[in-house]
Amino acid sequence: MRNILAIARRELHGYFSTPLAYVFIVIFLFLTGVFTFYIGGFYERNQADLDPFFRFHPWLYLFLIPAIAMRLWSEERKSGTIELLMTLPITVPEAVLGKFLAAWVFSGIALVLTFPMWITVNYLGAPDNTVIVAGYLGSFLMAGGFLAIGACISALTRSQVIAFVISVAVCFLFILSGFPLVLDFFQAWAPQALVDAIASISFLTHFESLQKGVIDLRDLIYYAVLISFWLYANVVVIEMKKAD
Amino acid sequence: MTDTNAPPAIEVRQLDKRFGAIHAVRNVSFSVRHGEVLGFLGPNGAGKSTTMKMIAGFLEPTAGTVLVNGHDVLEEPIKVKSSIGYLPEGAPTYGEMTVQRFLNFIAEIRGLDGSARQQRVDHVVRQIHLEGVLHQTIETLSKGFKRRVGVAQTLLHDPGVLIMDEPTDGLDPNQKFEVRSLIKEMAREKAIVISTHILEEVDAVCSRAIIIAAGQLLFDGTPAELRARSADNDIDNAFRLLTTQGDRQQDEVAQA
Repeated sequence: MRNILAIARRELHGYFSTPLAYVFIVIFLFLTGVFTFYIGGFYERNQADLDPFFRFHPWLYLFLIPAIAMRLWSEERKSGTIELLMTLPITVPEAVLGKFLAAWVFSGIALVLTFPMWITVNYLGAPDNTVIVAGYLGSFLMAGGFLAIGACISALTRSQVIAFVISVAVCFLFILSGFPLVLDFFQAWAPQALVDAIASISFLTHFESLQKGVIDLRDLIYYAVLISFWLYANVVVIEMKKAD
Repeated sequence: MTDTNAPPAIEVRQLDKRFGAIHAVRNVSFSVRHGEVLGFLGPNGAGKSTTMKMIAGFLEPTAGTVLVNGHDVLEEPIKVKSSIGYLPEGAPTYGEMTVQRFLNFIAEIRGLDGSARQQRVDHVVRQIHLEGVLHQTIETLSKGFKRRVGVAQTLLHDPGVLIMDEPTDGLDPNQKFEVRSLIKEMAREKAIVISTHILEEVDAVCSRAIIIAAGQLLFDGTPAELRARSADNDIDNAFRLLTTQGDRQQDEVAQA
């Protein structure tokens, strides 16, 4: 635990010692604003909730989260520090968890900084704040899922650009699998069980119910399994090819 | 000082490493005792760094074993890594961190806390003369300072075994002299392995030298014995003689 925290602290500090952290937070806040008020029609809807705010999070995360995750391992490979890190008395799972936690906390900070949105909606009306809390929880869990994917893919390459592009593609698949476009395609010929299975691996399916304020244990388990799976894959990748 | 009954600090047995078609290290065996400074010599690409990476637990050998203080690197990696100070090739460090933050991070991972950590960091900073750059980010430092930060990092937990891949590369003559003095000073209680291209360094600091070329161990003895290999008692000539013999044999085979 001590090693995990030491690595997480170092990594988190690494975010804030480059412009990346500030650029990310500013763009994230700016885009959530644009999506909520202009595209989501926050005022026009005349409803006191944050649905237009949360609805676009999967799409923002699709591009922004891989940008946070891409440096986690690629940079270690490129600068050779992976050799320093892996010859310190720590285990690979400790390093993987530490890095993931740092990125997750960072995305949590960005999310918390959207609080003016929450204040606004409470000022304008009387929203159901438990729904909003569930929405934030869902968004945070979804960010964790995207990050676990991005971290694992970052471990595969020494190029941050390649890590970014591949992560976006894989995350896109995880969003898309809940879309009518994809599901209709399978609906025509595949058994319903398979269609449900494909729909159930989508981020959207599990985010939507949380966004509506339903905290279903199955959704929580989904994100826990998803994150665990990708972190495990991350450990395997590092163990298999430390030096390449 | 050198207790002959104690297990050697580092014991390398029939170490072998292949990268696909490349046979980087071939059946290399040697051991290092506390109180020894072993100079690791060889042409570029000879397998020096690969061997050091395997001792430090970064690479897994294809065959053979490495024991550090009697512990197998593969079976007890954390125990072995705790007892080693390792300077990787090129002295990689986290460039965006300040020297102080970086050393504190390594010390924390090395299990040092509170005032003990503070004391060790301060001690090493004085030892390596990093006082002036403590609050600078590492990426803004000169090559020599970066290397010294890398060396400092290996000493924080006062390890019994030091493995340093080219510790004096990129240093100016004064800094080289300082690092060499430091190594000699520490040699009494530690087992130290350094790799180098500078043959005078072997004479200056090493009590033993090993030469590997094309992955094979060609020589293991004292610097004086190495010098005696050449007709004119010159260490450079002895090195050339040993490391080019293989090429000549290959040429002869090719011609035949």
